Amino acid sequence: MNAARRLFLGGVAAMLAARAGAQGFAGLGTAVDGFALPDPAGWFDFPADHGAHDAFRIEWWYLTASLTGADGAQYGIQWTLFRTALKPGGGEGWDSPTLWMGHAALTTSTAHHVAERLARGGVGQAGVVAVPFQAWIDEWAMTSLAGPAEDALAGISLTARAKDFSYALRLQASGPLVAHGDNGYSVKSRDGHASRYYSQPFYEVTGKIEVSSGPVEVTGQGWLDREWSSQPLSDNQTGWDWLSLILDDGTRLMGYRMRDTRGDFTAASWIAPDGTVETLPNGSMVMTPQRTARVADRDIPVEWTIEIASKGLSVAITPLNDAAWMATSVPYWEGPVFASGTHPGRGYLEMTGY
Amino acid sequence: MIRVVLGTLISHWRRRPLQLVFLLIGLSLATALWSGVQAINAEARAAYADAAGLLGRDRFDRLVGRNDVPIDAARFAELRRAGWAVSPVLEGTHKPTGLSLVGIDPLTMSQGAAPIGAGAGPGMAEILAPEGLLIVSAETADRLEDADLPRLFATEGLPPMTAIGDIGLVQRLLGRPGAISHLVIDPNSPAGLVPLAMLAPDLDRVAPAADGGLARLTDSFHLNLTAFGALAFVVGLFIAHSVIGLVFEQRRSTLRTLRALGVPMTQMVILLLAELLVLALVAGLAGVALGYLVAAALLPDVAGSLRGLYGADVPGSLTLRASWVLAALALTFVGTLAAAGLALWQAATMPVLAPALPRAWARASGKRLAWQGALGAVLLALAAVIALVGSGLPAAFALLAALLVGAALVLPLLVGGLVQWLGRGPGGPVSQWFWADTSQQVPGLSLALMALLLALASNVGVGTMVASFRQTFTGWLDQRLASELYLTVRSEAEADTILAWVTPRVDAVLPIRSVSAPLNGLPGEVYGIADHATYRDNWPLLDAVPDVWDRVAQGEAALVNEQLARRAGLALGDPVALPGGNLPVGGIYSDYGNPQPQALLGLRLFDSRFPDATHLRYGLRIAPDKAAALAQEITARHALPDGGVIAQADIKGYSLDVFERTFAVTDALNVLTLGVAAVALFASLMTLAELRLPQLAPLWALGLTRRRLAGIEFARIIVLATLVLMLAIPLGLALAWALVARLNVAAFGWQLPMALFPADWLWLALTALPAAGLAALWPALRLARMPPAALLRMFANERG
Repeated sequence: MNAARRLFLGGVAAMLAARAGAQGFAGLGTAVDGFALPDPAGWFDFPADHGAHDAFRIEWWYLTASLTGADGAQYGIQWTLFRTALKPGGGEGWDSPTLWMGHAALTTSTAHHVAERLARGGVGQAGVVAVPFQAWIDEWAMTSLAGPAEDALAGISLTARAKDFSYALRLQASGPLVAHGDNGYSVKSRDGHASRYYSQPFYEVTGKIEVSSGPVEVTGQGWLDREWSSQPLSDNQTGWDWLSLILDDGTRLMGYRMRDTRGDFTAASWIAPDGTVETLPNGSMVMTPQRTARVADRDIPVEWTIEIASKGLSVAITPLNDAAWMATSVPYWEGPVFASGTHPGRGYLEMTGY
Repeated sequence: MIRVVLGTLISHWRRRPLQLVFLLIGLSLATALWSGVQAINAEARAAYADAAGLLGRDRFDRLVGRNDVPIDAARFAELRRAGWAVSPVLEGTHKPTGLSLVGIDPLTMSQGAAPIGAGAGPGMAEILAPEGLLIVSAETADRLEDADLPRLFATEGLPPMTAIGDIGLVQRLLGRPGAISHLVIDPNSPAGLVPLAMLAPDLDRVAPAADGGLARLTDSFHLNLTAFGALAFVVGLFIAHSVIGLVFEQRRSTLRTLRALGVPMTQMVILLLAELLVLALVAGLAGVALGYLVAAALLPDVAGSLRGLYGADVPGSLTLRASWVLAALALTFVGTLAAAGLALWQAATMPVLAPALPRAWARASGKRLAWQGALGAVLLALAAVIALVGSGLPAAFALLAALLVGAALVLPLLVGGLVQWLGRGPGGPVSQWFWADTSQQVPGLSLALMALLLALASNVGVGTMVASFRQTFTGWLDQRLASELYLTVRSEAEADTILAWVTPRVDAVLPIRSVSAPLNGLPGEVYGIADHATYRDNWPLLDAVPDVWDRVAQGEAALVNEQLARRAGLALGDPVALPGGNLPVGGIYSDYGNPQPQALLGLRLFDSRFPDATHLRYGLRIAPDKAAALAQEITARHALPDGGVIAQADIKGYSLDVFERTFAVTDALNVLTLGVAAVALFASLMTLAELRLPQLAPLWALGLTRRRLAGIEFARIIVLATLVLMLAIPLGLALAWALVARLNVAAFGWQLPMALFPADWLWLALTALPAAGLAALWPALRLARMPPAALLRMFANERG
């Protein structure tokens, strides 16, 4: 449930809309200002669902990758395109109610580089086209390299550039797309907030990153999340801790904890190397903070233990860099992590609301 | 000890409060006009800086469509996707309110360029909200309270009548969907991108204007104001100088006594100085307050003329700025010390035991007057030399200064000579005494007379310039605006539709095409004009080769405006450098009120050189009585926005309005300066009246009644004022010539034919002589009502 993890952005969108004087966001259970709600019964419609869903309020194309350089060092990159609508339906021209926000990051053990781009829809500066697939904002782009018989996301190129870093990567999927929750209907709270959510967690990555010290050839593994919904975060939810792990045995794990004043809500997907998904119910996964670090004047729990009794999993999570703070318009912590214990591996951790 | 000395010195003011009043009036008037002008200038400069800094205009490069071709969204997206950090801006005037709208894209705007998010600005979300908002200054928000506009958000640092909003909103308000005027280039665009010249060869990269060009353009205007302020300041100092001199003269015996009692010289000088500085502070503060009022009253007109002349937006309301308040106070101190310098020095070097003989102050010896006259003559000669060989703005101001100061210095000798000459004729003893005594009075009144001369001459000079300009300008407008209607359409398709309908209904359709282009390397405009009798008959040419219109029509020559000819030093036949190759100058035309160089080409040549120029403006010739009806019909039939069709009369009205506002300020300063001169005369007369008593008492004793004496005193001032007025008229004409033929040329780039307006001089005489009479009236009345005992006492008290 990648959706819940980034629901805070939904909150931002609603706040934006509320401050802008649109039909105000009034919390749980209210209408969503003419925006569509995810259909619990549906299945995905590819390739159309790779593109934008203008009937929904928020949506993202979210890619993270754990990389190893030719120099032997560990790296992590993030590439995200968020779509936020001030009102449903999209539209062309400078009056378009669609806003786009791009986040790119490159993490090393000693530095965390962040960049942000903003754009409006309707003028071509940013957008997503389903066929042939491309998602872009300015010169940052995620472009399909897949053959005609393949899924459009089976192969992609990924570029981003900022003042102090850049990367150009090729990602090739070694497994299928996977749907989270109930056939892609991903529930976020006891009150039934939900999203449509699928991933491509099987990318093999090659390419080049560049930081101030020069270019580095890299290889590694990547994970793409696709999610859209219209409902903002519930009033009781203060934030969340989300994790994706690519385990050494080929298994993938996605899990999150919604921090709720009425008691935390957790969900997880156990993804076999062949792409078969097992959805783990609320409470199956236990996330326990172990160490906090002082980052951006906040106390952030950067080390965790994760336990899933039904899978015999007990791992310690440690970050590549404590200071993986995304100092963007909506700030949060997002960075590469390592898992050690019963199921070693590596992946990405995201924490909001601290 | 110090207290005793101070008390003794101050006691003088208690005995003669009038002197204190005049001293304070002189100093504060001097400060008032000067600081008023400075306040106006400071306000205007702040507005220019705001305008220049608006959205980083003064910091960031921009991309503009060559030949004003608009930029579309696709081009913007293309550049962004190539990595260039460009942000779109749309500028335009909102016709219903006259508001300058600036549409921005807050999402791509460089940080800190727009007043958004940080501090007092609205949030990004509010700007982007579908119903939108406009950011304006508080003053503009007040002014537009009832306008039909989106929500107004008031903030600081915006020029007046300027609003910033989201580009989508501004496109809607301007009725220009999708339009972009230019792209701002963020200096942080990464290195190694495909060059803009390759990506967008049809866009020009323009470097930021350091000050938006406004400060430079308006410099001459502010210099004119400053010159007026300086003149008033000098006149005010004349008053202060004459009062201070008299005060020191009268306190001579007091000072001598104090010195004899053992007060050290340094202590006394320091105390005198302290006394002066306190007076200067009081007068300076009063002057600043007065100056604030003057500036506040004049600023709306100044703002109007700056907007009309240069398109510079200056707020109509004044801010109290520390810069000019402190500068004005400092100047008051300096001025006070200058006015008191001689008197202080005399007091400091006075021998302790020198006889304390009171003598009329400033009864300068003939030798001093002669020196002064000689200096004046040198300055006048210098003025003549500058007039013959000088060029440029500094030379023009040097000419004005030399002319005015020289004439003022020569004045006492000249008036003295004239009085002696007038007194040569036969006459009774009283008449002889009258002339002899008047001649004797001239040195004592010289400063006041000089002030009067300067004020009168400025009045004549500036009045002549303004009236000449008005006459020329009105005639020029009639010639230049020959078409009855001016049509502006939104697209060339619309032009085709409207012209197809209009052409059979009018006598002629004259396309007006123009582009911004360098002319001899100077930023300017090139116009293409049709070969039509309208131009041949009306265009105001100053100088032209034979068959000039045929040669222009055939593309063999260009017409240039006077500004370009003067700035680039072009004469008939000289090549003028234009895009696409040089052309010989076939004619030079006057182009009043335009700060920029301009050239005119035949339409065919223009089209071949500037094929991308828009075809959106046309002049329509039609019988004048049918023009209004046609304008209405075009607007209604083709749904043109306001301003789509403008009648000749409207443009003329607007231009003349700008003109009147410009000179309203000049007129006001002129009248104020004249007022200060009248006060100067009054102050001199009042202070001298007392000293005159010893000279008048013997005449009274000889049998002249007090009434008669008062009448004589009054007549004397009228005679002197008349003489000064007669001298002021030729000086004023010389000044007018210097303004018209030198200063305007240097400051604005055009010369005016000078005309004479004797009726105005008569009016001036009718104002100035009663003013002088009024100034003389009170001293005369006091004399007429003086108790005989007071006159008798003269024989007892005065020793010489």
